[in-house]
Amino acid sequence: MKTLKYLIEKEFKQMFRNPLIPRLIVLFPTMVLLVFPWAVSFEVKNIKIDVVDHSKSVYSKRLTDKIAASHYFNLNDTPPDYRTAMMNMESGETDMILEIPASFDRDVVKARTSGVGVAVNAVNGTQGLLGSNYIMQIANDFSSDLRDELMHTVPPHSRASLMRLPKVEIIPQYKFNPKLDYKNFMIPGFMVLLLTIICGILPALNIVMEKENGTINQINVTPISKINFILAKLIPYWVVGIVVMIISISVTFLIYGLWPAGSAIAVLFSAIVFIISVSGLGIIISNNSETMQQASFLVMFFILILVLLGGMFTPVSSMPAWAQLIASINPFNYLTETFRMLYLNGSTLADVSGNLFVLALIAIVLNSWAILSYKKRG
Amino acid sequence: MKQFIAFVKKEFRHIMRDNRTLLIILGMPVVEILLFGFAINMEVQDIRVAFYDPTPDAFTTGIAERIRQNPYFNHQGNMYSMDEMNASMRKGELDLAVVFPQNFQESLVHSGEAAVQLLSNSSDPNRGSISTTYATAIIAKFQQEQTDLRQIPFQIQTENRMIYNPLMKSSYMFVPGIMGLVLMIICTIMTSVSIVREKERGTMEVLLASPLKQGTMIFAKTIPYMIISFVDFLIILILSYFILGVPVNGSLLLLFLIALIYIILTLTYGLTVSTLVDKQVNAVIVSAITAMIPVLMLSGMIFPIDNMPRVLQAFSSIIPARWFIEAVRKVMIQGQGFLMIGKELFIMTGMTLFLLGITIAKTKKRLD
Repeated sequence: MKTLKYLIEKEFKQMFRNPLIPRLIVLFPTMVLLVFPWAVSFEVKNIKIDVVDHSKSVYSKRLTDKIAASHYFNLNDTPPDYRTAMMNMESGETDMILEIPASFDRDVVKARTSGVGVAVNAVNGTQGLLGSNYIMQIANDFSSDLRDELMHTVPPHSRASLMRLPKVEIIPQYKFNPKLDYKNFMIPGFMVLLLTIICGILPALNIVMEKENGTINQINVTPISKINFILAKLIPYWVVGIVVMIISISVTFLIYGLWPAGSAIAVLFSAIVFIISVSGLGIIISNNSETMQQASFLVMFFILILVLLGGMFTPVSSMPAWAQLIASINPFNYLTETFRMLYLNGSTLADVSGNLFVLALIAIVLNSWAILSYKKRG
Repeated sequence: MKQFIAFVKKEFRHIMRDNRTLLIILGMPVVEILLFGFAINMEVQDIRVAFYDPTPDAFTTGIAERIRQNPYFNHQGNMYSMDEMNASMRKGELDLAVVFPQNFQESLVHSGEAAVQLLSNSSDPNRGSISTTYATAIIAKFQQEQTDLRQIPFQIQTENRMIYNPLMKSSYMFVPGIMGLVLMIICTIMTSVSIVREKERGTMEVLLASPLKQGTMIFAKTIPYMIISFVDFLIILILSYFILGVPVNGSLLLLFLIALIYIILTLTYGLTVSTLVDKQVNAVIVSAITAMIPVLMLSGMIFPIDNMPRVLQAFSSIIPARWFIEAVRKVMIQGQGFLMIGKELFIMTGMTLFLLGITIAKTKKRLD
C-alpha cells in the first residue's frame, strides 16, 4: 500500500513536469465545449436554390416568391435555362434547381393540375431528401392557396363534396428537446469524446515512454508487483478524468444552462466507470507497443473506432448488424447513451443501471488485461 | 543530388526496418474505411413505436396497422396509460408514441376533424423530426385512401430528381471525409513524432552537422512518408471503389493530384508541429487533437458547413481537410473537371507554402 502511494506520487510529479498536460486538462475541455457545439447541426436550412422559370407568369412568380420567403431556402439565382442552373450546381453555388414549365399557369387554371421539376444535389442524402420534401410542402401550400382563390371556377356539385373532406390534424410533440436543439443532443457526446481523448491518449503514451527512455528497466528490477505498478500508472489518469468531468459539467451548466435533469451523481459515477475502462485500454496499447509512434497510431485507431461507431454522430440503430455488435461492446456507446438519458430525458440512476452494469464489466475486462499484458521481464 | 538520394534511401531503410509500425500505418486505413464506410449511416431506421388508443375503432386500428407494417418502424406493443408511455420513453425504450384521443372516428365523422398526437423522443432532434415526418406521411396516405378517390383540383405535382447520388447512399457523402480524416491523422503524427523523436534522442544534431543543407535534409526525410501516405490513399480509393461501390466519375489523374497536394500539406503540417514542441508526448497530443477534432466537426465531413454560424464557417476555411473533401466530392462523385476545383487546389497549395514558411523561420531561430 505504501509502495503504491509513492509510485502514484512519482507519476503525478512526472505528469506535471510537462507544462502542456495541465493546460490540456483545463483549457482543452473548456475550448471544445465553448466552440464546437455551435458547429454541429444536421438541421437543414438555407438551402441554396436556383429557379428556372420558363413560364414567367403571375403564378410562377408567386411560387418563386413563396420559396424565397421560406426560411428553408435562399434564392441564389434565376437563370434563363436549365443548363446555366446545372453549371451553378456543379460549381457548388446552388444545391437545388426548380424548373417551372412554360405551360405552368395554363395547366393550373385550365387543367387544374400542373407539375414542376426539382433537381437536388444528393451527395448529402439527408439534405437532398429533406430539401425535396420542403419544396413539396411549399407546392402543396401553394396549391391549397390556389384552391381557395379559384374554387369558384369549379362546378358547384363537386365543390360541395370537396368541402366535406374530413381532416385529421396531427399534433407533433418533441419530447425532451422541444426546440429540436442539436447542441443539447451533442454536448453529452462531446463530454464523452473529451474523456476518451484525454484518458485514452495519455496512458497509451506512458509506459511506452518509459520503455523508450529505458526507465522501465529500473522498475522491472525492483520488487514492485505488477498490480501496484499498473495501478500507480492508472490512478493519476482516473483523477485527471474526474477533473475533466467536473470542468465539463460546470462549463455546460454555465454556458448552455444544461444540467443533468436526472441525477448529477449518476453522471459522475458513470463517467468514473468509463474513465477506468478507457485508461485501461490505453495501458494495454502502451504495453503492446515498442515505440511512441506505434502507440500513438494505435490509440488514434481505437479512439476513431470508439467515437465513430459509438453513436455520437450517427445512430447505432442504423448501422448494419455486425457494427451494432461492435457497438454493444463499445464503452463510448454506453456512456453517450447514458449521458443523453441523464441530461435530456431526465432518466434516473435506476433507468441507466443496465448501461452502468455493462460499462463496469468492460472496465473489469480491460483493466485485468492491462495488468496481465504488462511483462515484467522485458 | 547523390547525397540526397542516399539520404532518402537511408530514411526508407529506417522505416522499412520497423515492420510493426509499417503494418499499422498500412493496415489502419484498410480497417477504418471498411468499418466506417459501411457503418456510418444517417438513415433513420428501426423507429421503436407504441400506440395509446383508449377507444379502438376502424380508423385508429387502420393507422396503427399501417405504421406497424412499415419497415422503418419497429412495433413495441400497445400502452394502456400515458404514465406507462412516459416511463418507457424516459428509459429510452421508445422513439415514437402515437396517441389517439377518445372516440377518434366518431369525432372525425361528425365534426369532420380529429387530432392524433405524435410524441417523439427528440433528444436526437434529427431522429425525432424524421420519425414524426414518416408517421405523418403514413397517416396522410391512409386518410387519402379512406376518402373517395377523386380529383382534388389545383394540384402542383413535384417531380424530384436526386442528382449525383440517386440511391442516396450515405457512403457517397462520408467516404471522401473518411479519406481526409485518416490521411490527416497518419501524415501529421508520422512526421511530427518521428522528427521530435530524433530531437529528443539527439540524433537530429548529428544530422544537422552533416554537409547536407538543412532544407534538403528535411525534404529527404519527408519523401518516404509521402510515398507511404500515397499508398494509403490508393488503398482507400481501391476499397471505396470496389467494396463500398463509391463511383469515380471524374478523372483519376485529377484525383491523384488532389491527394498528392493534400498529403504534402498534411506532412508539412506535421513538420510545423515538430518545430513547435520538443517532446514526443506533446507532438502526439498536439497532432492528435488538431488533426482529429476540427476535421470531425468543421470540415464538412459530417456536418454541412452552410449550417454553421458565420464565425465557424470562417474558422472551417483554415481546416485543410475541408478543401480536400470538397475537391474529392466534386471530382469523384460529381465528375467535375480541373476548372471546378481550381479554388480548392489553390488554397491547399497556399496553406502548404504558409506552413513551410513558419517551419523554416522556426527552425532557423532554433539553430541560431
